[in-house]
Amino acid sequence: MTTKRKIILMDRRKYLKTLAVGTVGAISAPTLLDSCKPEEKPKEVAVTPTIDRTPAELERYNKLMAEKFFDDHEMKTITVLVDIIIPKDEVSGSASDAKVPDFIEFIAKDMPKHQTPLRGGIKWLDLHCSRRFNQSFVGCSASQQIEIVDEIAFPEKAKPEMLQGVAFFNLMRDLTATGFFTSKMGIDDLGYVGNRPNQWDGVPQDVLAQYGVKYDQKTLDECVKFDS
Amino acid sequence: MADFQIKKNPKTYDVVIVGSGAGGGMSAYVLSQAGLKVLLLEAGPMYDPAKNVTQLKWPWESPRRGASTKHRNFGDFDAAYGGWELEGEPYTHKDGTKFDWFRSRMLGGRTNHWGRISLRFGPKDFKRKSIDGMGDDWPISYDDIAPYYDKVDRLIGVFGSKENLPNDPDSIFLPPPKPRLHELFIKDAGTALNIPVIPARLSILTKKLPGNDARGNCFFCSQCNRGCTVYGDFSSSSVLVKPALETGHVDVIANAMVREVLTYSKGMATGVSYVSKDDMQEYEVSAKAVVLAASACESARLLLNSKSSNHPNGLANSSNIVGKYLHDSTGAGMGGILPKLVGRKRYNEDGVGGMHVYTPWWLDNKKLDFARGYHIEYYGGMGMPGYGFGFGIQGTNGKYPGRDGKQKQAGGYGVALKDDYRYFYGAQFGMDGRGEAIAREDNYCEIDPNTVDKYGIPVLRFHYKWSDQEVKQAKHMKDTFREIIHKMGGVVTWGDDGPENDYGLEAPGRIIHEVGTTRMGNDAKKSVLNKFNQAHDCKNLFVMDGGAFVSQADKNPTWTILALAMRASEYLIDEMKKQNI
Repeated sequence: MTTKRKIILMDRRKYLKTLAVGTVGAISAPTLLDSCKPEEKPKEVAVTPTIDRTPAELERYNKLMAEKFFDDHEMKTITVLVDIIIPKDEVSGSASDAKVPDFIEFIAKDMPKHQTPLRGGIKWLDLHCSRRFNQSFVGCSASQQIEIVDEIAFPEKAKPEMLQGVAFFNLMRDLTATGFFTSKMGIDDLGYVGNRPNQWDGVPQDVLAQYGVKYDQKTLDECVKFDS
Repeated sequence: MADFQIKKNPKTYDVVIVGSGAGGGMSAYVLSQAGLKVLLLEAGPMYDPAKNVTQLKWPWESPRRGASTKHRNFGDFDAAYGGWELEGEPYTHKDGTKFDWFRSRMLGGRTNHWGRISLRFGPKDFKRKSIDGMGDDWPISYDDIAPYYDKVDRLIGVFGSKENLPNDPDSIFLPPPKPRLHELFIKDAGTALNIPVIPARLSILTKKLPGNDARGNCFFCSQCNRGCTVYGDFSSSSVLVKPALETGHVDVIANAMVREVLTYSKGMATGVSYVSKDDMQEYEVSAKAVVLAASACESARLLLNSKSSNHPNGLANSSNIVGKYLHDSTGAGMGGILPKLVGRKRYNEDGVGGMHVYTPWWLDNKKLDFARGYHIEYYGGMGMPGYGFGFGIQGTNGKYPGRDGKQKQAGGYGVALKDDYRYFYGAQFGMDGRGEAIAREDNYCEIDPNTVDKYGIPVLRFHYKWSDQEVKQAKHMKDTFREIIHKMGGVVTWGDDGPENDYGLEAPGRIIHEVGTTRMGNDAKKSVLNKFNQAHDCKNLFVMDGGAFVSQADKNPTWTILALAMRASEYLIDEMKKQNI
């Protein structure tokens, strides 16, 4: 069977430009940039999966990639939120730089249990913003967005009436962290240096010294040794 | 619809083997080396870890970042297809009891997934009834199986250390890898608590296996569960089936879902019938002997579904024991973080696929309120991130001061949160107990009279309950884990269960060590097989998977399945030479 599969990807560079004339309300937050533009035609790209896939897995993959779960407003909201959760800093880029919104779109399709909490959570957030600021969350100014996020981002000090928002933000925080730190950018940031052939010859000497531990003689005698 | 006809394979084989996992792979290997003509039937597709690669892939190569799916319950990168539910292949439960049945239909079966933990049973493990009065003794002793353990060690390879423990016999070991940092802390804590922490025993080639040029050495990527492209660890597909095929004496048919064992009027087995998943046609194949190694429950299902006038109760079931004495290992876990490891220096500590140290059972049950022991498996450190990374940070970053030494509010967002993920990375660790359950007649699988799978084959119905023995054992595990974690200076973050949920005791089937459904014994009224895995009622029928176990021991079953399958296959060859079969 063929392993060449067509999946549908949006060309990210194109929709970056289009957002200045976006569709909903006032556009003030620069963090809106990384979102889908509805009019853009999907671009078909042939992608060969790089990991072993059974026919059933390929079928599911193609089905999911052809679907769209979040609408454009939801994707904009997700994009703003993930960049509030993981912004660019001196080490690495932001969550949207690492394409975390695309990951969240995929995982919502892949794990339907996330769909209602995410969709409903965005609704909850918009309603709260609308009551307070007369705007949807993405329509709010950056400082307004942070004002509301501050009320749902700290579970232990949140007011009881904000607990649904806390649950939504916890889920967003979890998915953002996973999406970011499983991207190439995130793994480089984290400093994970494995996943490559090597020889494990024990904890480095300076680390042993740092923690005041050492290998006993039995361990040194019996454990695998390497020529080089 | 198309004409329904059964296609008969014109070739008569010496032996047809059902299933290509540890037992079936070993049998195919031994029989083919002796020149017997073997047909190996596998219910799933062909699989070769050198070709079906997920090893050394990055998390972003999976759109779900390695999360589990219904197609791969252990995650997108795991080698094992399948899981606890297979589409179109249901199983049912009786009396509201619970049993989760893990199936991996593919060449090599569940050896593509397992943790490579390769423990010999000890002398006491074969004589439990004599020791504590529960269950039954095996019809064999450690001395009967020891030479086969030796041969399995040499053929497949296992690392470990010589410890001279009374009930955890040493293998012929390759050298173990040095402990990782958190494992050194575990060892120190264990030593202070009189809990032994010794090198793990895993079938991974830390050094070249003497006399074997077909397999490469471990290159320490920590990904045995993904299958090894250089065959540096054991899976039946690469280590047993591959060389068996190379003898030229073995035919393998993939996607062959065996329906029943065929018998003729005198009741001997004549072959098997199967449905091909490729064309959905029915096939029959003849052989002088039949080896079932489809997994404990699947082999029991096959026997129970092989009814005839000579075997009205199912084949090899005059004892009415087939399906009974089903037992899985107990399991419970706990984990936490080690505050002294936050902000740790980065280096590659992948190591082998799994733990470098473990704890064998160390206590005397006479002084405890439960029978049978458990071993402890450990994990932790700076692993490759995957789906789930960073989840629940609000349970951690509000409990410990951050990099700046200041205590902050749990949760949060922004640059400070981003740094928390880095700061706490590699400080997590955990442990799992894997213990011996008592084999009991009233834990069983049977044929559901009302349900068939998509091939029309009647399915299994399970009835399984843990007893007080297992619950008390789980409580002891939790008490021990808490003690070890506290001694290490760690803080428990999950798994601190109590009586409200039976101390976190996993549901039966979750540990995937189920055995006992076609147990061996000297008394044909109380057992299905004799001490050579041969059916009492049908001398040219053998069961060479975990079904033959009388008791499970606090050890992973694979090494014992391999040793018994080797021993039984040699016996089968002898019996054929003597024309007894």
